[in-house]
Amino acid sequence: MQAGIVSYGAYVPRYRITPAEIGRVWGTDGEAVGQGLGVRRKSVPAPDEDTITISTEALRTALVRGGIDPQQIGAVYVGSESHPYAVKPTATVVAQAVGATPNMTAADFEFACKAGTAAIQACLGLVGAGMIRYGIAIGTDTSQGAPGDALEYSASAGGAAFVIGTEHVIARVERTLSYTTDTPDFWRREGQRYPSHGGRFTGEPAYFRHVTECARRLFEASGTSPKDYAHVVFHQPNGKFPQRVGRQLGFSEEQMRYGLVTPSIGNTYSGAALIGLANVLDHAGPGERVLLIGYGSGAGSDAFDLETTEELASFDRNHGLPVQHYLDHGVEIPYAVYAKFRGKIHMGGS
Amino acid sequence: MSVARFWRETPRRYNLAGSRCAVCGNVYFPPRAVCPSCPHHRQSIEKMLPFQLSGAGEVISYTIVHEAAEGFEMQVPYVLALVKTVEGPVLTGQVVDIEPAEVGIGLKVRATFRKLREEGKAGVIHYGYKFSPVVEEELGRRPAGPRASVPSPTGGHEQARA
Repeated sequence: MQAGIVSYGAYVPRYRITPAEIGRVWGTDGEAVGQGLGVRRKSVPAPDEDTITISTEALRTALVRGGIDPQQIGAVYVGSESHPYAVKPTATVVAQAVGATPNMTAADFEFACKAGTAAIQACLGLVGAGMIRYGIAIGTDTSQGAPGDALEYSASAGGAAFVIGTEHVIARVERTLSYTTDTPDFWRREGQRYPSHGGRFTGEPAYFRHVTECARRLFEASGTSPKDYAHVVFHQPNGKFPQRVGRQLGFSEEQMRYGLVTPSIGNTYSGAALIGLANVLDHAGPGERVLLIGYGSGAGSDAFDLETTEELASFDRNHGLPVQHYLDHGVEIPYAVYAKFRGKIHMGGS
Repeated sequence: MSVARFWRETPRRYNLAGSRCAVCGNVYFPPRAVCPSCPHHRQSIEKMLPFQLSGAGEVISYTIVHEAAEGFEMQVPYVLALVKTVEGPVLTGQVVDIEPAEVGIGLKVRATFRKLREEGKAGVIHYGYKFSPVVEEELGRRPAGPRASVPSPTGGHEQARA
């Protein structure tokens, strides 16, 4: 009985804004910024959406697709850096909203953009040890960049939920390992509304080093090389970094095709690599090997060597919407509406 | 609304927890302790079983709210609809993720989980059901077409990209 992914679901809010529109407000060539980042549009949550609602939508889809009895869920872990409460776990509301409470454990995970992959690892441990039947790992964010900051062109909203278990596994986890250091490339201090970052420092010593080192260690441990994988998914803070690291490691455009979603929806932080993985599973057939490498600032990478199983052939993907729908659709809004939706307008009062 | 009062209602607001009469089969939301449809009400006592609505339904009437209730100012104009669920009960709820002008009687909707209101910046956040249109890919047909000229909550500049 090998643990793996039993079901999955993704959700991305309806609204979109373009880099050109953001640049128009700040007096910069937003289109050029977007091209530089490899981001055509980013998703924007509605005023009544947050990490809790997005996580719930994604998980409800996953439970219906997998035919999972919510009372068989033993753990709900939500990874995010935009939990609506500083104290009061997102996971409690999400678990209640899918009918999984009360005989279960729950917690919120935080590790910049890799909190969702960290949650998958925790669930793999619990189901692998036979302590629980199903574990839920979710990665969701509704992150914001400071107005006018480079991050504002990419920080978006979305999430994906994964049911981890040992029965009817659609993608076995052959191996997972991590690479973690103390690297201050991106952070947000307690009480601060927007994050800070080290500019170019977020590149070579942070994202590229951790992703490539983690990949190299996984190849070594598994005795694999890039050619063994049908699909690869990287954390994708923009459209450019994952493509560059993919080329550096020796992956082709074809292998990266489905795993790259940021150009169409922006950087969903904890959701980014996981929505990419959901898109791969939307398109993959049985017996395909998938490499997933998350990255979280601070910094660390989690790598997963996955292989889809025969169960995927009979898996019901028809409930909920495929990731492709979210990549292709959306309602573009002007910056003023975006500012209203994201609470950037000072309304007075208390 | 007090924290305790909302908390007591979470099974309904989160999961559409209603009740079903084991005698006549009628479904109720919110849940009832006695069936009002059974000719002999007493027969249904202790036979009202928990029943969760699927959230699928159809708009049977609606209104477009321009003067927001407190806490809904950011969403004006928004749609409040009567939704007849496939199980029978009619629910009142907000319809989101659609331009108000595109809402019509007969629109197929499904329950979605949204933030209902916040008790100020420091208070508790209330969550619960709203409704969103069933999209083409799920339904195999388009939602009801535009009916009237109504301002959009997004300023009317947007275009759905197919």
